[in-house]
Amino acid sequence: MKSASFDYIRPDTLDAVCACLASHPDARIIAGGQSLVPMLAMRLARPSLVIDIAHIDGLSAIRDDDSAVVIGAMVRQAKALSDLLVATHLPLLAKALTHVGHPPTRARGTVGGSLVHADPSAEIPLVAVTLGASLRMRDAGEDVEFHAEEFFIGPMLTMTPPTACLFEISFAKPTCAYVGTGFHEVAARRSDYALAAAAAHIEADDAGVVQDLRLAIGGISDFPQRLPIDIHIDLSAGMADLGTSLTTAIDAALDDVDIVEDMHASASYRRRVAAELARRAVDDALREIAQDLS
Amino acid sequence: MNITIDINGKDVTAAIEPRVTLLDFVRDVAGLKGTHAGCEHGVCGACTVLLDGEAVRSCLILAAQAEGSQITTIEAVDGTTRQPGELSIIQDAFCESHGLQCGYCTPGMVLAAKTLLQHNPTPSREQVRDAISGNICRCTGYVQIIDAIMLAAERLQGRNQPADGA
Amino acid sequence: MPEGIAEGIGASVRRKEDRKFITGRGRYTDDINRAGQLHAFFVRSDVAHAKIKSVDIKKAAAMDGVAAVYTGQDIADDGVGGLICGWVVPNRDGSATHEPPHPILAKDKVRYVGDHVAMVVADSLATAQAAAELVNVTYETLPAVVDLASAATAAEIHDGMANNTYFDWELGDEAATADAFSKAKHVVSATLRNNRLIPNAVEPRAAVAEYDHIADSYVLHSTTQNPHLLRLVICAFVLNIPESKMQIVAPDVGGGFGSKIYLYAEEACCTWAAKKLRRPIKWTADRTQAFLSDAHGRDHINKVQMALDDNNKIIGLRVDTLANLGGYLSAFAVVTPTYLHGTLLSGCYAIPAIYTNVKGMATTTAPVDAYRGAGRPEATFLLERMMNIAAAEIGMDPAEFRRINFIPKDAFPYQTAVALQYDIGDYEAPLDRALEMIDYKGFESRRAEAAKRGKYRGIGLSSYIEACGIAPSAVVGALGGRVGLYESAVVRVDPTGTVSVFTGAHSHGQGHDTTFAQIVADKLGIPLANVEIVHGDTNRIPFGMGTYGSRSLAVGGTAISKAVDKVIEKGKIIAAHMLEAADSDMEFKDGKFAVAGTDKEKSFGEIALSAYVPHNFPHDRLEPGLEETAFYDPLNFTYPSGTHIAEVEIDPATGVVTLVDWACCDDFGNLINPMIVEGQVHGGIAQGVGQALLENAHYDENGQLLTASYMDYCMPRADNFPSLQVDYTVTACTHNDLGVKGCGEAGAIASPPALINAVVDALSPLGVTDMTMPASPEKVWRAIQNAQTKAAE
Repeated sequence: MKSASFDYIRPDTLDAVCACLASHPDARIIAGGQSLVPMLAMRLARPSLVIDIAHIDGLSAIRDDDSAVVIGAMVRQAKALSDLLVATHLPLLAKALTHVGHPPTRARGTVGGSLVHADPSAEIPLVAVTLGASLRMRDAGEDVEFHAEEFFIGPMLTMTPPTACLFEISFAKPTCAYVGTGFHEVAARRSDYALAAAAAHIEADDAGVVQDLRLAIGGISDFPQRLPIDIHIDLSAGMADLGTSLTTAIDAALDDVDIVEDMHASASYRRRVAAELARRAVDDALREIAQDLS
Repeated sequence: MNITIDINGKDVTAAIEPRVTLLDFVRDVAGLKGTHAGCEHGVCGACTVLLDGEAVRSCLILAAQAEGSQITTIEAVDGTTRQPGELSIIQDAFCESHGLQCGYCTPGMVLAAKTLLQHNPTPSREQVRDAISGNICRCTGYVQIIDAIMLAAERLQGRNQPADGA
Repeated sequence: MPEGIAEGIGASVRRKEDRKFITGRGRYTDDINRAGQLHAFFVRSDVAHAKIKSVDIKKAAAMDGVAAVYTGQDIADDGVGGLICGWVVPNRDGSATHEPPHPILAKDKVRYVGDHVAMVVADSLATAQAAAELVNVTYETLPAVVDLASAATAAEIHDGMANNTYFDWELGDEAATADAFSKAKHVVSATLRNNRLIPNAVEPRAAVAEYDHIADSYVLHSTTQNPHLLRLVICAFVLNIPESKMQIVAPDVGGGFGSKIYLYAEEACCTWAAKKLRRPIKWTADRTQAFLSDAHGRDHINKVQMALDDNNKIIGLRVDTLANLGGYLSAFAVVTPTYLHGTLLSGCYAIPAIYTNVKGMATTTAPVDAYRGAGRPEATFLLERMMNIAAAEIGMDPAEFRRINFIPKDAFPYQTAVALQYDIGDYEAPLDRALEMIDYKGFESRRAEAAKRGKYRGIGLSSYIEACGIAPSAVVGALGGRVGLYESAVVRVDPTGTVSVFTGAHSHGQGHDTTFAQIVADKLGIPLANVEIVHGDTNRIPFGMGTYGSRSLAVGGTAISKAVDKVIEKGKIIAAHMLEAADSDMEFKDGKFAVAGTDKEKSFGEIALSAYVPHNFPHDRLEPGLEETAFYDPLNFTYPSGTHIAEVEIDPATGVVTLVDWACCDDFGNLINPMIVEGQVHGGIAQGVGQALLENAHYDENGQLLTASYMDYCMPRADNFPSLQVDYTVTACTHNDLGVKGCGEAGAIASPPALINAVVDALSPLGVTDMTMPASPEKVWRAIQNAQTKAAE
């Protein structure tokens, strides 16, 4: 299983990357390569040029930007997983990263690469959508920004302009006193691509009243999507009994999702399981907050 | 393009096509055949090497990407406290626990274990299971591999010393 | 001899072969390169079924670095033979198995996606692959035949082969079976599906072929499980080469599981082309090619009926099987679903009347052949599922239902209704032990505890038997086998007392270097370190049949044992001569030859040296040297048996099945190296768990293999297993010197029905009675949904 032939270049600036993309419309950027190299090996991708962005300064750092944690496009998944800023401010990302591949692929795979690769069942895009991350790109000498929710438009399809290169992703820090998260997925084997996945990030104020409930699903449609849930939840007296309100809200939200099917799972299975995983993700997140409150 | 990669402490230089993977560089250029091609699409882990001390899949890395990194293959996994050519504690534990059968996935398993025990010297069975879950073995059923890594962890902690004649 | 006790038969010694593997110094076929070698790449059919209208090689042949491009026409023009079927069976009507031609490069038609159409040979693999992309094949597409159940009425795949049926075979007494059913109190019926698997040894197949035009001889390095069989087939049937001019070397081989038994087209093409081009030719499969063209396994539909009498004893069994054999007949495709399957339908049970019919069907999919267990897992799956289905129907505990139907331990030798005679066994002992290990009695409380956590918990048994140590040549021959199935050994004692053993068996993970050496060291009373095992090279080893069917120890090990006995006999004569005693007064014990009743003795080393320094041997009755050969042909198969028990938990909302406990107790006869045996048991269980929960070869309706990568074909990983509890009981095989039965396939045979029985048991409170393999999350979830819908109606 050998790639077709291609040229290789290691620019040291983002603008040089953009120039390469402009001169080679079929060029592909390689970051960690954990998704691109298999596609090259299977000859599903046959670019004339591969552009390695590992030698551009400043793409491998995670920085604290007051209200946000900003992750460079070349930050390896393993680094993000063990990072204190991520652990402190982005607990959902930390939770999800343990489901991404295996230790040897996380050692090379990047947060940014996973986002622009946009596999519909990948975990990092799901987290980005859940948390409303911003993807910052360089294109034609300017910086452009995309919100995660608008960025993914199809399987392996994003809004990335043809000559743009992602350089960092900004995740807003939680603003409330209490944060809970939940992440669940079902796959044939752990760390395989998810048949269905759900992520929840919930924030509650000092009084234990939920102020922000963000829930999203992945693996069941062409790209990860938020499920709007509008229920009043008060955790001041401990874990809330939501009755059927949550499941009803999730079911209603899923009605608007176009669900895919393939040889691994049908649409009806994906719908029901996504609903259950979404319920569990919210449940986990609420329990975390309730526990912190008690 | 001309590529130089530090493999097992020696610089290996060759003119290669950019499409050559680190796996093919290690096997065909450096001539180190202990790194195996199992699937060449990044799932089986038979091609695992250490890149700057971390287990990675050499089939998923272009040789060009590995320039400037230090690569360690199974051929260089010796014990630091033993004579050259003798088995490291991890390797010895694999032999003692029958953690290998046909030997094809074995180098990858040993390197995955080595990385785990560097980061976590006292892993639980569950953590060992997770650490090697990216490496496919079709022979063993994994139980004796996990036994081996648990045994190695104990011994690296100075407990349960190996018998002579490893 | 203290070392002997620690290292001999029964000791869990470390494997001698481990040092090379653990240090990365194993030498596999793809590690071999020859000066001046060329690389082969095969153009494969991308359609399942088509006439080849034309193959245009012009552009490819003109490419820089391309040495040659060969097509099926070139092969045919050269009079090259096709791949053969090594075992055939008679049809019910007395006619013979239909054996359509299987050319090593397709000429007129392609019959599966992956079928070999052309071979490109170039100075690099990259060039060969690039040129292969330029070979333009024009097809006239024909309808794909994928569905096994309707294959008989689908498009004709082989000219003149009616109903796409290779054979239509039967075994057993149909009238007696019908009679049993007419008298039955209960008749239990089920249709069961044995899913299609892809063996996936982690080392892909590979070959390096060399031709020496001065000597007119060949060397072929191949990833084979049986070098001499490969040599016989490639020389005598395909390339018409004198066997003496062909050396086959199987170096270290990275797993086989059956898929590396057969001669494949690629290695035959490379050998043929090596002579044409007078250059070494190397080919290594990539994983996609392996998925497409390695022989697949299993793939049956079984219609099963079981008859029970008033006492819940089984009195009759009828099984009608459709076996999917793919686009061509692979070497052992016919015997696998027939004699290796139908003969096992009695299992561990006293069933007076059994009848089975097997139809071997062609489809436009890859050839299907033996995969770990080969026929016996399929038989065991249907029988052990039926045992649970029947037990449920009559309301009896499945363990108890098995127990009352077991062949009693005083009934051996036991003649089954399906041709086999079991020499010895005790099926209750391993059942009891396994029940105790898993705490069977405590299961209901574990089920209740799981229910509190919202999980369905289930337990499943499988009491299996297998026919191993294949086999007596006389039986094999009488049943249509075209080979003998003895094994060979040469034991060569060196002048300094070290011993080299040359075996016809082949080790590709089984640990022969150690197990065989333990036998020799034990019998000769010498250190294990003094024994070397040589295998895998036709120029070094005696003509042997190789390794498959759990035969290496029972047949190959016994051959070694017999050769060692001959060495000891000769050693006695040498010792008698040296000690001036009568041959008949000599005895050999603890590594010493002694005159009985005296303190006169010679060590094994002294005898060895004397054999090669025969200064005063009486040459009229004593030849120099100490080297003996044995060919061992057993009297019967061996019959390992045992009980495996799986315990699972199911998440009802997602259908995810988690294997939470496993206990098994096997009777493999005597154990030589228990540590190695345990590894074999674990590995077999892992493959069975893969079949039951994860693995499935999936072709779409156009005959495209959708599961052709490790991303889509799911093999078990470390996190799919709990720790496995393993134990043994022993009834020693009665007809080989070592009392051994074989252990390589047991886990793969026993485990799938144990798991599926556990899954069905977990869901049985909902009314679920069946589950097909693999029990994927969606299938399990759907079974739960359907049961709940039914309950609500």
